[in-house]
Amino acid sequence: MSPPFRTASGGRIDRATAVEFIFDGQTLTGHPGDTLASALLAHGRHQVATSITLGRSRGIAAAWAEDPGGLVQVEEPFPEPMLLATTVELFDGLVAHGLPGQGRLADVPDSARYDAVHHHVDVLVVGAGPAGLAAALTAARAGARVALVDEQSEAGGSLLSGTERLDDAPALEWVAAAVAELAGSPEVLHLQRTTAFGSYDDGFVLALERRTDHLGAAAPRHVSRQRVWRIRARSVVVATGAHERPVVFADNDRPGTMLAGAARTFLHRYGVLPGRAAVVFTTNDSAYDTALDLSRAGVHVQAVVDARPEGSPRRREECEAAGIRLLPGAVVTGTQGVERVTHALVAPFADGAVGAGSAIACDLLLVSGGWNPAVHLYSQARGRLRYDEVLGAFLPGERLDGLTVAGSAAGVLDLAGCLADGRRGARAALTALGITPAADDRLPAAPESAVPTAPLVLWRVPDTSGADGSTSFVDLQRDATVADIARAIGAGLRSIEHVKRYTTIGTAHDQGKTSGVLTSGITAELLGIPVQDTGTTTFRPPYTPVAFAALAGRDRGRLFDPERVTALHEWHVAAGAVFEDVGQWKRPRYYPRPGEDMAAAVLRECAAARTGVGILDGSTLGKIDVQGPDAAVLLDRLYTNMMSSLKVGSVRYGVMCGVDGMVIDDGTVLRLAEDRFLVLTTTGGAAKVLDWMEEWVQTEWPDLRVHCTSVTEQWVTLPVVGPRSRDVVGAVFPGVDVSAEAFPFMTWRDTSLEGVPVRLARISFSGELAYEVYVNPWYAVAVWQRLLEAGRPHGITPYGTETMHVLRAEKGYPIIGQDTDGTVTPHDLGMAWAVSKKKPDFIGKRSFARPANADPLRKQLVGLLPVDRETVLPEGSQVVEFLADGELPPPPVPMLGHVTSSYRSAELARPFALALVRGGRERIGETVHVPVDGTLVPAEVTGSVLVDPEGARRDG
Amino acid sequence: MQLIACPWCGPREEVEFHYGGQAHVPYPDSPAELSDEEWALYVFFRDNTKGRFAERWNHTTGCRRWFNAIRDTTTYRFESVYRLDDPKPPVTELARSRRSTAP
Ligand SMILES: [Zn+2]
Repeated sequence: MSPPFRTASGGRIDRATAVEFIFDGQTLTGHPGDTLASALLAHGRHQVATSITLGRSRGIAAAWAEDPGGLVQVEEPFPEPMLLATTVELFDGLVAHGLPGQGRLADVPDSARYDAVHHHVDVLVVGAGPAGLAAALTAARAGARVALVDEQSEAGGSLLSGTERLDDAPALEWVAAAVAELAGSPEVLHLQRTTAFGSYDDGFVLALERRTDHLGAAAPRHVSRQRVWRIRARSVVVATGAHERPVVFADNDRPGTMLAGAARTFLHRYGVLPGRAAVVFTTNDSAYDTALDLSRAGVHVQAVVDARPEGSPRRREECEAAGIRLLPGAVVTGTQGVERVTHALVAPFADGAVGAGSAIACDLLLVSGGWNPAVHLYSQARGRLRYDEVLGAFLPGERLDGLTVAGSAAGVLDLAGCLADGRRGARAALTALGITPAADDRLPAAPESAVPTAPLVLWRVPDTSGADGSTSFVDLQRDATVADIARAIGAGLRSIEHVKRYTTIGTAHDQGKTSGVLTSGITAELLGIPVQDTGTTTFRPPYTPVAFAALAGRDRGRLFDPERVTALHEWHVAAGAVFEDVGQWKRPRYYPRPGEDMAAAVLRECAAARTGVGILDGSTLGKIDVQGPDAAVLLDRLYTNMMSSLKVGSVRYGVMCGVDGMVIDDGTVLRLAEDRFLVLTTTGGAAKVLDWMEEWVQTEWPDLRVHCTSVTEQWVTLPVVGPRSRDVVGAVFPGVDVSAEAFPFMTWRDTSLEGVPVRLARISFSGELAYEVYVNPWYAVAVWQRLLEAGRPHGITPYGTETMHVLRAEKGYPIIGQDTDGTVTPHDLGMAWAVSKKKPDFIGKRSFARPANADPLRKQLVGLLPVDRETVLPEGSQVVEFLADGELPPPPVPMLGHVTSSYRSAELARPFALALVRGGRERIGETVHVPVDGTLVPAEVTGSVLVDPEGARRDG
Repeated sequence: MQLIACPWCGPREEVEFHYGGQAHVPYPDSPAELSDEEWALYVFFRDNTKGRFAERWNHTTGCRRWFNAIRDTTTYRFESVYRLDDPKPPVTELARSRRSTAP
């Protein structure tokens, strides 16, 4: 059996198929093609929600995204908060309930897919109503690449809501033909259920396509639920239509109160009578269509209350023939009823004054205060609006390059005009793009329409209820009233942006689609200034709410940021490594044995490297190949020390500074040939250093014949470290004389292993005898295995980044970016020896001579040894003067510096730290205090090199 | 999100580019001969122009080349792009406006 308010026939619903859904616990039925709102109205249900602060009953007040009333939460098939009943397409198994103003986020993960597509077109048309279809057809016929997006489930726009005819046939037949023609045009992308929600620079428009939301549980798993279209259009035609706006009066939020045009939509599109007895309150001619159509459909139209003194002389005859009572020069001043309107209070209205009124019984109160063109996308593109006195609306006020507004979005409110304006907009876009419009871009003939009687601009009806505007709702979603606006103005606010923030009008789910212009009008009225001087608040994306999941798309979890792994990653995983993120790299931090925590594993790994042999995957080290006759000149200018004097076959450590003299990276440089160097950078600095080189070569020294390229991923780097490393490397590469005499520290040698080229370098980041093995990543696992095999008799121990850090810190080798922070010079690090005095200039040199850089009280890198031999000072701890009484003075406590690196040392059998301390080198031997968890830990200041300060171990 | 016209690649998405600060600030010929103040002016001081401004840009995730541009800092519009070896175009002429007056 049909629900009581369903019409006998008509509408865009599939009456042959029944759909069952549950709302507020009640099982109801509807049809495919219904929205949740139309299905509820078919059951006579208007009230769906309660308001956020006042708890007043709220109902369905519009037919689409402009509805400020019908907020629901969907529970099944997947919990989604704060949707509008008017935009939820009905499907079998939908479970939803009304909301008290705010929803609840799902507490289960969203298993749906979301994705994004980039698309490029000549002409993007937003809106598939009469103007948009005319524009899309015009552009498609000219052979342009076109995208047409529309937020409804089917094309047609306002034509879906009426009975208009084109070419002497129902207008929807023309819509179907237009859609078919577009489908047959190979260069046209036509998307329904797709909301263009943001318009940005240079024709960039974001649109959200709801691909499977309307299918409910039947949605195929392999299809993304929603898709963000990132459309770059050479030209945009905005044909987004207009929103009807209400007139504000007392108790205008009572369920059963609805925009007049919405009632016409529910009747014609969904086959639903929104009531049995209607009062229509209007300021313009458009609501007469609703009154007459409802009357024809069997609704008793009790009266048309028209605020204009003469009403609409044009429509008078039709209404009288239909037996509709006309009350010109009258307004609705309020409503009666509890959960639903039962009476409209109607009173004479002349020259802004309201006379004595009477109540008219009704279960439906339809309101039209005129139309607001949907200028959101135009305005987001920074188009300025102008106020039109006749329409009482803000219209696009200027032409923008690459963006045209057409149809009712531009203030054209008749069908023939919209069709013609859509074609005009598209032709203008085509002409600007140099595309000739087709000779035949015929549009269907719309019946002649008489010029409507001029509308009356009426924002609100004076409150005669005694409530002083406190029940005259402007923004239903925020429970904000005329009284709130008056209060804002009373508080001295004048700017519409301030009034918005004071009252919160326009900040809710609907972003002020019905309330924004009303607020401008009422504010202007209360201030006694013209509306154009008030203006509107800023339109910002998104036009309608967009889920974060849709914006994130596939950039979630592991796909959020690329993961870089070395050629040995699988081996590390199999070996049970615990990984840490270093930039985008996954690096083994340590390799715990059963029962070991990090501290135990690192002590074991450190001891192996210092007393036997360890092996590290150092492949993430940045590597830059610098080639060309002027390669040495470039490096001399970028490094603080001399690189041109480096001999082929040798290696030199170097420091790089900015023009301000502060250290930006360090590393070793291998001279491969007279005109070729391999520059090693820190893992994190690899990209930055290459950029730095490119910047100087391109912008300052284009005369240098030099090229730089990253070879980080072309080499794996396997440091073999420790007193037994010579035995291991010698065994794997018997062709190389690995003795200290034949293969000295800071030199490199090329060799091969069964025909695979291998480079060996005597570089040490631990102070121990060490060989770095470089090989093509394809052979990484094989070489690594051979080194492990050869090292087994010596107890070779793979170690991770944590051990690497301890070993280097024990030697006082700084990590740039950890022990430095952009205010640290090479001298501060105790590396004056790495700063050339011979070179006439290099980047940073002049800054070293600035007085601030000669200040003996600069922070300098030193070692700290906690006196208790127990405490591992937390990195980042402040360093303060030694306080004899053991008490911190009241703040501000003078700071000497901070701890930059801190570890437990196997070699020293105690914790140690590196720190930047004011005048630190002068303080060596002194004791300072480090506050840790409320107690002061005494620590001795030492030199930064704590292990093997003589460097006796590097040759084994 | 605007398009930036790389002089080598043509218009590309702005996220492909990195800003490089004021253009035409050459590295001094002889830094050693500069006073501390002159050197500090080079290292630390740049114009903060409201309106048309000559800037350096790098097509970081594209061709990786540096180029110069005249950009209006109040509208963000790029009015011209030019190669590093091109002379600085005059920035005094009236900019092409994105807007034209409504009919
Ligand atoms: Zn480029």
